[in-house]
Amino acid sequence: MAYRWTNDLTRADITPKSAYLNRRQILAGTVGLGAIGIVGGASAQDALEPNTLEEIRTYNNYYEFGVGKNDPAQNAHQLDTSNWTVKVDGLVDNPGDYALADLLSGLSVEERLYRFRCVEAWSMVIPWNGIELADILNKVGVQSSAKYVAFETVVQPDNMIGVRNRVLDFPYVEGLRLDEAMHPLTIMATGIYDEPLANQNGAPMRLVVPWKYGFKSIKSIVRITLTDKEPPISWKKANRREYGFYSNVNPTVDHPRWSQATERRVGGGLFASRQDTLMFNGYPEVASLYEGMDLSEFF
Amino acid sequence: MQIVDTVNQSLRKVPTWTIYIVGAAWVVWMFYLAATNQMGPEPINALEREYGELGLKLIVLGLMVTPLRTWTGVNLLKFRRAIGVTAFFVVLAHFLVWAVLDVQSFGRMWTEVVKRPYVTVGMIAFVLMVPLALTSNNRSIRKLGANWRKLHKLTYPVAVLAVLHYVWLVKGFQIEPIVYAFIVGGLLALRIKLRQRRVEKPSGLALSK
Repeated sequence: MAYRWTNDLTRADITPKSAYLNRRQILAGTVGLGAIGIVGGASAQDALEPNTLEEIRTYNNYYEFGVGKNDPAQNAHQLDTSNWTVKVDGLVDNPGDYALADLLSGLSVEERLYRFRCVEAWSMVIPWNGIELADILNKVGVQSSAKYVAFETVVQPDNMIGVRNRVLDFPYVEGLRLDEAMHPLTIMATGIYDEPLANQNGAPMRLVVPWKYGFKSIKSIVRITLTDKEPPISWKKANRREYGFYSNVNPTVDHPRWSQATERRVGGGLFASRQDTLMFNGYPEVASLYEGMDLSEFF
Repeated sequence: MQIVDTVNQSLRKVPTWTIYIVGAAWVVWMFYLAATNQMGPEPINALEREYGELGLKLIVLGLMVTPLRTWTGVNLLKFRRAIGVTAFFVVLAHFLVWAVLDVQSFGRMWTEVVKRPYVTVGMIAFVLMVPLALTSNNRSIRKLGANWRKLHKLTYPVAVLAVLHYVWLVKGFQIEPIVYAFIVGGLLALRIKLRQRRVEKPSGLALSK
């Protein structure tokens, strides 16, 4: 069911939506989640100008293509996206190897202008084109025993220098709780700025979960598995003290090696100032998913 | 060794201030690239990293002077002070980009230094470099006498902390910081070996530090 989430943050709407944003700040305050002050509100408005396509395509973390921010832009052309197949398995009614076009056929692609916040404390605003993940999951039929969704990135060792260097234990894997996956904010993106995803942005299809740190939004997906157990995720496997399964954007829970209280928008130049990070990256509508959970324990 | 002699002869003709000039020009050039958006869409981080890496390279180069002379005969001794002092200024530039452009407030600087181990060790390394830079002149050498050499042994902890700073800040398994760790580890091992040789044969090689 597309269009369940009203995409107020369209490019055309940026300026007049300040009232909407203020409402967001108030909402965030009333549920008592995070100290977002007036400053946070003001900077959030500034942040709604989307980044340029060039910025989005030249500043990436995609460790399969190298660890430098520009490495994916240099190396990702080697990714072979032809005949893309997505394996859907686990607790689903219609498992199988789906050609990408078949998996997505009949589903509506929407534009979603989302804030994107990396765990490294930089951020962007990206006009995604994508399909609600819920639509895809409903299409393959989620069984009632399923509680989590696991995702896997393609591995093409011959085309991926980072895989050969074993920066992480590849394939890259990620996961969501089923209710997170079904939330209308969660999309499978296939484009940016109405253009197909560049390889370094996770072509041909990637997850986008805007209230979580960027590494949760797994790229170039070849497998979707419904499961009843919390699936392993790559960064937690690499360092469980530093990365948790949930990884919600949370200015009050610091990463052990850097603060999460503030962030810097990419594209602001050498003298860009920092801005306050918003609870759930400015998407307080997801707060109810975590009611009663201690978010410093389930980080 | 013909080649070594030629190299040393050419090196003798190079004035030491070249190091300062090249170092300063490079720092300014990198700043210019960052300020004019030629260092990618996130120039603050890129510049911070450029300065940090060159600082580390110069610290390593400074440590290589003695072993290089002992094992290959190539003599860079007259450049060592310039290398060390330039390393300090590049690390100072690294610190300033971090403080002024990156974290942007004293409160956040303090939090970072106290809470983040990799920032803590980087800051200690920087602080330890200050007395070294301040005493890198002939007057201090005369005044401090034997203590000067003791003081300048701080170069070793500085190098170790600088490498630790780098190893600690990267995510996942990355080659580059580990390469630096091996180089610095190797250089320290060589230093210990040299020292043992000196103890065994006190009248042998006159190895000044």
